[in-house]
Amino acid sequence: MSGRARGPEPQTIFDVSAPGRRASSVAQPAGSPAEGLIPPGLRRASPPRLPEVSELDLVRHYTRLSQRNWAIDVGVYPLGSCTMKYNPKVHEDVAGLPGFRNIHPWQPADQVQGALQLLWEMEQYLAELTGMARVTFQPAAGAQGELTGLLIMRAHHTATEGHPRSVVLIPDSAHGTNPASVALGGYKVRQIPSDERGLVDLAALEAALDPSVAGLMLTNPNTLGLFETDIERIAAALHRSGGLLYFDGANFNAILGKVRPGDMGFDIVHMNTHKTFTTPHGGGGPGSGPVAVSARLAQYLPSPVVGYDEAANRWFWDTDRPQSIGRLHGFHGNFGVVVRAYTYLRSLGGEGLVRIAERAVLNANYLRALVREAYPEAHPGTCMHEFVCTAKPLRAKGVRAMDVAKRLIDLGFHPPTVYFPLVVEEAMMVEPTETESRESLDALAAALLQIAGEASSDPELLHEAPVTAPVGRLDEARAARRLHVRWEPGSPWLDE
Amino acid sequence: MDYTPHTEADIEAMLAAAGFTGIEDLFAPIPGSVRLGRDLALPHGMPEAEVLALMEGLARKNRPTGELVCFAGGGAYDHYVPSPVAHLAFRAEFATSYTPYQPELSQGVLGVLFEFQSMICELTGMGVANASLYDGASALVEAINLATGATGRSRIVLSGALNPNYAAVARTNGGARGFSFSTTAAGDGVTGDLGDLAGAACVVVAQPNFFGCLEDLAAIAEATHAAGALLVVVFDPTTAGVLEAPGALGADVVVGEGQGLGVGLLYGGPYLGYFATRPEHVRRVPGRIVGATVDVRGKGGFVLTLQAREQHIRREKATSNVCTNQTLLAIAATVYLSWLGPQGLVELGESCLAGAHQAADLLASVPGCRLAFAAPFFKEFALQVPGDAERVAAGLAERGYLVGPGLGVASAELASHLLVAVTERRTPEQIEGLAKALAEVVA
Repeated sequence: MSGRARGPEPQTIFDVSAPGRRASSVAQPAGSPAEGLIPPGLRRASPPRLPEVSELDLVRHYTRLSQRNWAIDVGVYPLGSCTMKYNPKVHEDVAGLPGFRNIHPWQPADQVQGALQLLWEMEQYLAELTGMARVTFQPAAGAQGELTGLLIMRAHHTATEGHPRSVVLIPDSAHGTNPASVALGGYKVRQIPSDERGLVDLAALEAALDPSVAGLMLTNPNTLGLFETDIERIAAALHRSGGLLYFDGANFNAILGKVRPGDMGFDIVHMNTHKTFTTPHGGGGPGSGPVAVSARLAQYLPSPVVGYDEAANRWFWDTDRPQSIGRLHGFHGNFGVVVRAYTYLRSLGGEGLVRIAERAVLNANYLRALVREAYPEAHPGTCMHEFVCTAKPLRAKGVRAMDVAKRLIDLGFHPPTVYFPLVVEEAMMVEPTETESRESLDALAAALLQIAGEASSDPELLHEAPVTAPVGRLDEARAARRLHVRWEPGSPWLDE
Repeated sequence: MDYTPHTEADIEAMLAAAGFTGIEDLFAPIPGSVRLGRDLALPHGMPEAEVLALMEGLARKNRPTGELVCFAGGGAYDHYVPSPVAHLAFRAEFATSYTPYQPELSQGVLGVLFEFQSMICELTGMGVANASLYDGASALVEAINLATGATGRSRIVLSGALNPNYAAVARTNGGARGFSFSTTAAGDGVTGDLGDLAGAACVVVAQPNFFGCLEDLAAIAEATHAAGALLVVVFDPTTAGVLEAPGALGADVVVGEGQGLGVGLLYGGPYLGYFATRPEHVRRVPGRIVGATVDVRGKGGFVLTLQAREQHIRREKATSNVCTNQTLLAIAATVYLSWLGPQGLVELGESCLAGAHQAADLLASVPGCRLAFAAPFFKEFALQVPGDAERVAAGLAERGYLVGPGLGVASAELASHLLVAVTERRTPEQIEGLAKALAEVVA
């Protein structure tokens, strides 16, 4: 990655700005019409201090910045719980078709039948994949999907019991979005410990269940990469106490076509299209977080949902949803992302989706076996699409998981997720995904084993890493202490 | 096709190395009683060329702008997206990367986000901005959450001239947390009497508002602050070359939709929520913030900072549950704003303003039609038409023009009103064409 961009170190676009230079051309009306049309107090005296650059300045600056970034297209990206698999190029061509790209969200249904048909069919496909009845596409990402699910829980309990209940259960290995969503959903968090198997502690779960519990949020496979084998008993216990079971779809890639959340007893499911259905992560978004629910909860879905008039063969927005929780998105959700996910489903088909689950799980188990000796797994047994191991054996040599991660950068790999889940010391959470070849996994394993050796022979090398990246380890404490979060005119981009 | 690289030989060797005899062994932890045990009832996969043809067929069933001349608004606008935006923002190094949790490998994304935050501060007149949120509506939700946290109050006053979808999203989210909402009148097309603001956490107004009209922000700010509440302004950033920054008029939180900044229409998403506020509220800001720092060798670089606010550290005590944001669209907006420059931003605003006023003059002179409101407006205005607005819009669509939405979406009383928006892309000839078509439709 480093060394490709020649020339001075890129700083900010503001630093290459020169007064009077420009890249844009905008059609101009005669005169300055704002004079009489805008009340004087609302008129801006001098424009915002945006950079002034030529088009070539612009192209070079952002091209160079892009070269200071890792990406799936650059190399292996085994970031646990993120499913960084290959993003097919054809998806971008499809999403760029004028018929998808240039339609306005307020256009009446008769002008956007193709878009509505796509959403309707996608809903049928996701319902089949999850074993659920209906789907909303409004949530813009997984966390908004979680909140949607929690609001549906509230609506269900309020309708059936007159109040929403007050507590949501979460395993101690859960993603941080789960408890944060619970709080925003107006519930209190009650944490359920994992047992020695790395699975939900059934006895603790039973003990935590009471009439205040609205539901349990669960990732299955869980964040340790393990399948919750007691899932039927978990579901039965929840349902006996009137609670609902929520499926966090972060790890859905592992089980596509093998087992469906609905058949395990889940009532509400969110999916991350940017994980399971390989829409590009875009440096941290956009995503899309469709939520699927069982038939008894369908009435609460955000409004509107897509409707289909079979007699007229016509799709429409169904706004007649008196029990809906309301609206979550300004329009219809991240449609352009759903277009890519739909394209992926149609490319793979049912048989292809099963194959990705099989190969994702194969890759994870293979890699785990290759590195096991140096990095013991947190829990024994077969893992699903990812595994959690520990760098704890290296600690005696003064080497930590973070050092392993940073050294991997020098050896040409993006590090796995480290220090998560919180329940494992010196955790390294590795998700190779199904699109990595045996050769890349062998190379990654060799690098990890080399680092374990270096921990004994040359631990300083690990502490100093990375040395080949555009920057070395950054002082995060200073960033928080001397908060510098914007460029300002006349000051250097980084104050000294 | 499935994009996996495994040969049969690979699979056999890998299974053996991992201690399995067959693929099905890998799924042994899943109890048989819950296994699907049948093929998925989904269509079969197909080669890329066939998928592309299928998708082209679906796309052809829509009527995009280009086929229709777009005068539609209501929170999404047909602004021009210059060529460098897609070429740069959608470079694979940006598009196929993830959240910059390893800053040494993410200086590209982090660097652009630092610039994005800086530009949002410039446009809004605020001191601190985050690295983006889902969309304008979700940014409003987060602004309300900040205001309730900062004031310890839970009553929210929404302008009656706010986008009805934004108001709906605010209520959906706030309801679960026990917030109460009230809505002001907006009979003249602008926010009416704010009423008794005692105990209000915030007042929310849009600039320009849903009807395209301009609000007297300074006066609203004064009344809001007198009651100890915060002023939240939903601001259209494409107007920032011409309109005074809300921060200079007393706004405490400025949020909005960055769709007009190089994103495109995309049938409503993915769009780009932005969030800016005064520096004293920085620890209440939701989502990611990029900060500048130095590395071990003293070289400058960027990191995600103040992460103790965020869900992956703070869990249920986080400022927000947001994780994924809209980085790629923030990159597009940053490239767009750099392309535009200060002079371009002024010209963009003036072009929209002039076009909208030309259109308003022509359309209001069509017999039976008139401007709904007397208040100053920017790039969009409400037109009262004879009869049902949706039927008039349908007639215009038959003649190749897209307008709307009809204001029945905001209030049943406004069912004979249409929004008409004019961006810098609309030519005087197109505006005259729309007026002629309207005259035919209402004749």
